[in-house]
Amino acid sequence: MSEHENERREMDRLLGPVGEQVSCDRCFELLDEYVELELAGLDADARLPGLRTHLDGCPACREDHESLRALIAADSAGQK
Amino acid sequence: MADSLSSAPVAELGRPTSSNHAKWVHPFMALQVYESELIAIGCIDSETTNPMATQDTLYARRAVDHSFEDREMSAGAQSKAWLAALRGPAAERDAATAKLHGVLLRAARFEVGRRQAALSHVRGEELEDIAMQAANDALMAVLAKLDDFRGASRFTTWAYKFALLEAGVKLRRRAWQDREVVLEPDNWTAFADGGVTAHEELEQAALLSSLRDAIEEELTPHQRRVFVALALNEVPIDVLAERLGSTRGALYKTLHDARGKLRRALAEYGLAQSDTTEKELMR
Repeated sequence: MSEHENERREMDRLLGPVGEQVSCDRCFELLDEYVELELAGLDADARLPGLRTHLDGCPACREDHESLRALIAADSAGQK
Repeated sequence: MADSLSSAPVAELGRPTSSNHAKWVHPFMALQVYESELIAIGCIDSETTNPMATQDTLYARRAVDHSFEDREMSAGAQSKAWLAALRGPAAERDAATAKLHGVLLRAARFEVGRRQAALSHVRGEELEDIAMQAANDALMAVLAKLDDFRGASRFTTWAYKFALLEAGVKLRRRAWQDREVVLEPDNWTAFADGGVTAHEELEQAALLSSLRDAIEEELTPHQRRVFVALALNEVPIDVLAERLGSTRGALYKTLHDARGKLRRALAEYGLAQSDTTEKELMR
């Protein structure tokens, strides 16, 4: 990746995602449903609009999402 | 298998039979690990954890334990079983609460495990304490919010997120415990180093200069502090919330508003993707 691309990515990180997004509180409310839709292969973004954009802009909520997804995936793997 | 504990033959489920005897663990032994912790935080009643508890109480606990582990039950039926037990008579409720604490502790330990590499300077004993405290706090939150469970996911998925949140917040704060939170811009060089063409260098200089100007001119002092800490200096939002006596939600709203102002200012010079309408966070 060129330095120019790095800089553009850094600017995107600073300015956050473009588009409508939910709040942190709303993200937390919907997170369990979102993760189960994702892991079921369903279109979570269409069902719960604004959540993915929030995850792109909020590192803490993104980490919570990654952890929940990993935990449910580990549970499912353990049950097979 | 019955769909809910309320219709399950409790005593029959709880007693050891010829088919399950080898795996049968006395319910009091299985649950007592959590009980002193749960009594201490006021989630279960010391009366129902008395060693003199009746056999019926013990069988009720075993029934709760058994029902939640039945993989033949649908997700909806399992969720109903959890809710029924957590709202049920004292013995059943306490058994379900102890079981739930175990579920939450597992999630908290999972989160600790994921972040252990970044916390290598923290003793294992302290990390276990953090996991236990996260599970305790999550249990209180889940019990207080039972009425908010909409059944949009499995009950355990819904409950897990409370434990992961509590553990994540505690671990981020622990990682930053001895670090200073910088509220002034000191990271400009992070993406302004060499290796670029002359044209790119000019563009980059223009972008940085415009961003600096916009931060100074467009943002309120509070927005500037929050933007600099969270976006520029990458302070975890839960750490900043603790230092400023605020919340994740309130700080993110401030960051969102600040980003909107900066994006609109930079878009005027063609330096950021155009997104000129002011957007409130969705409810």
